[in-house]
Amino acid sequence: MKKQGIKELNGMPGKHPLSDLLRDDRMPHIWCPGCDIGTIFASCLTAIHESNIDYNDFAVISGIGCSGRAAGYVKLDSFHTTHGRAIPFATGLKIAKPKMKIIVFSGDGDLFTIGGNHFIHAARRNMDLTIICVNNFTYGMTGGQVASSTPFKARTSTTPNGNFERPFNLAYMAAAAGAAYVARWTTLHVRRLTNSILEAFNKKGFSFVEVISSCPTSFGRKNKLGPPLHIIQHFHKISVIKNSIHPKDANLDIEKEIVVGKFVDIERPTFFDLWEEIYPPIREKRGE
Amino acid sequence: MEETEQFIMGDTACAEGAIACGCKFFAGYPITPATEVAERMAKRLPQVGGTYIQMEDEMASMAAILGASWGGLKSMTSTSGPGFSLMMENIGLGIIMEVPCVVVNVQRAGPSTGLPTLCAQGDMMQARWGSHGHYEIIALSASSPQELFDITIKAFNLSEKYRLPVLVLTDEVVGHMTEKVVIPPYDKIDVYPRRISTLPPEEYLPYVSDEDMVAPMVGVGEGYRIHSTGLTHDKRGYPVITAPVQKEMMDRLIYKIRNNVDDIVKYEEIEMADAEIVVIAYGISARPALKALEMARDRGIKCGMMKLITIWPFPEKRIKELAPQVRGFVVPEINYGQICLEVERCSAGKTEIVLVGHAGGAIFHPNEILEVISRL
Amino acid sequence: MSGEVYHEIIISGYGGQGVILNGSILGKAATIYDKINATLVQSYGPEARGGACSAHVIISEETISYPYVHNPHILISMSQEAYENNIDSLRDGGLLLTDTDLVKRRKNDERHVSYSIPATRMAEKLGNKMMANIVILGYLASLSDAVNAESLRNAVEKSVPKGTEEKNLKAFEKGYKRGEKQKSGTG
Repeated sequence: MKKQGIKELNGMPGKHPLSDLLRDDRMPHIWCPGCDIGTIFASCLTAIHESNIDYNDFAVISGIGCSGRAAGYVKLDSFHTTHGRAIPFATGLKIAKPKMKIIVFSGDGDLFTIGGNHFIHAARRNMDLTIICVNNFTYGMTGGQVASSTPFKARTSTTPNGNFERPFNLAYMAAAAGAAYVARWTTLHVRRLTNSILEAFNKKGFSFVEVISSCPTSFGRKNKLGPPLHIIQHFHKISVIKNSIHPKDANLDIEKEIVVGKFVDIERPTFFDLWEEIYPPIREKRGE
Repeated sequence: MEETEQFIMGDTACAEGAIACGCKFFAGYPITPATEVAERMAKRLPQVGGTYIQMEDEMASMAAILGASWGGLKSMTSTSGPGFSLMMENIGLGIIMEVPCVVVNVQRAGPSTGLPTLCAQGDMMQARWGSHGHYEIIALSASSPQELFDITIKAFNLSEKYRLPVLVLTDEVVGHMTEKVVIPPYDKIDVYPRRISTLPPEEYLPYVSDEDMVAPMVGVGEGYRIHSTGLTHDKRGYPVITAPVQKEMMDRLIYKIRNNVDDIVKYEEIEMADAEIVVIAYGISARPALKALEMARDRGIKCGMMKLITIWPFPEKRIKELAPQVRGFVVPEINYGQICLEVERCSAGKTEIVLVGHAGGAIFHPNEILEVISRL
Repeated sequence: MSGEVYHEIIISGYGGQGVILNGSILGKAATIYDKINATLVQSYGPEARGGACSAHVIISEETISYPYVHNPHILISMSQEAYENNIDSLRDGGLLLTDTDLVKRRKNDERHVSYSIPATRMAEKLGNKMMANIVILGYLASLSDAVNAESLRNAVEKSVPKGTEEKNLKAFEKGYKRGEKQKSGTG
């Protein structure tokens, strides 16, 4: 199948530049006006498009939540699973289809709160997956409740006086658990984000791309962050690119400073590498 | 390969059954008394080019076997009470996505941690209704290591034929009991292959079914670019959150089983020709029940036995048929009455039903069942 | 109800003595080599890792419906605790085998046919006291017709860790010969 180039399609009426990767028949999507998920989704599709990897070699797995709906819009083999379980589902699929690129596209609540245990274990195993996490600091679909990523003192529908718990630093957690690739961007950094996702596809092992994004409808409104454009302008104002910084120092303070960049890019034997080290004769048996 | 005879544990026989019919993926989490299934799979799968992975919990194990099954591998997990509870979430996902796989529950006594090392049959209704929403399920039961070997193969075949997770329900005593198991040559084992659509990608829709209401699958990564979701979905697999689409999907999920019960349901009948009292037993309880039957016959009591192999769907047709013909049903089970409720439902007041219940932690002595038979 | 061959056996001792292995060997001998039925159930849990531990074996020509043993025909006890816990359940006329150094038997036990075997000592002489269980099996083979001695020999060979077959078979023969002597009153 010949892929349509984005440039060639620009300006053509009625057709989205990434339409060969979109399930047109499922549009319009459910995301709110001003929501950032579309931006991240488009970055992901652009990276797939630019990867020069056969589309049929990709699969996208999502959990539950607004971000979890991405799997339903991408015209690839795609699975919309249960809340928090996208990573173990993807783990099974990856073992069955080791040559495929498996992308897990989901939200912070799904991947780190209900699914946190699966995340750290997949990172520990260095399972060859690309995890794209839309971090909008809240449970958007259910109306904006507190999550394990919600900033201290932020208001949500279940923390009316402000969040009294401390959030995870997702990038630091990923690195500590053993991820081979860790990057964080905001939805302002579209070009860098797309490049990071591309790098993540080509990285052997567990790759994690965190995308700081806004949820103007739920999180934004409750915390008086203003209209969507203001939030993006705010990201612009407070983001600092610090590539290769230790993720523990990658500050994430949505009022004052958001440290972004590529924090981890290391070589580490993957689940499959180590499997084959322990079971070398099996590979011969498989005839691979 | 030749037929072999092995003196092995029930859990081991279960794993051997899976290997014998081509299982290539196992994801699990250690739990007494099912751990030996995982241990055997960990040893055997690499020998046959398969993969064993120990997941972080049972939710992950269940999710992983669904993913691997979509990837084309025959997949299985095994667990016991607490882990079975955790698997319920993704058993539901397997039901709605229609994913062939096998879930083994080596039952122990509950509730909660209960008696980890001792037997019970308390999860029969959990197996039926444990995941939320209304659905049909297939669950099989075994009362010996040989049966565990056989029904594990049967479970894989039914899961592929009807596209759903199939449950293997056994218990601690059968799981840990060692007995002779005859393992036939693998090429002599009937294996139901995955139903794969022959349609090209542009014509294929993932949830358009054949005449028996089961939809053929396609391989992932082969250009079909399918979508499957845990949300209510239409024939394309796309979520549609409406009552009519819910009905269309549910009708198929329910009736692909209900319309095929005659193909699915299996039971054994023993000494039924002149039976006036029928013992309905399954799993480990079928063994002392058989002994009780022999003892009753020695006393001149016309006793027969229906040994359930398929628990769900429940063999209601046969029980409805028998109810008006017999003096009573005796139902021994290691719980306070679960399958007994089904027998009562099917009998509709047409005969007397006596539960021989047990709290768990031990199996029936034949005398306990004989006494009830004699009283009837 | 039972066919001609019907034996209920309890093997008891501490975890690690090969109690369960002995049960498995007996069952294997009966099923795989003698071609009759056998069941083995075992105590399970922490007990199997150092504490009291027992294996229940039933050998029968007929189908075995109930796998637990309440009144064994044969009791093997390899620890004092195992002996105390099980001796009262042994049937009248039942066969009792104990390890001389590990079990102090009650005096004047007229109900049972009892043999005290220095199995651990004999195994030690053969180089590994861990083979005491196999010595006892050899002994049992000579004193009981529960399973065929040749079948038991085969089952031992197939069940012990690879590379230890020869040693274990030697232990088995030691036990067997001593049993034969004792049986004929020359031991």
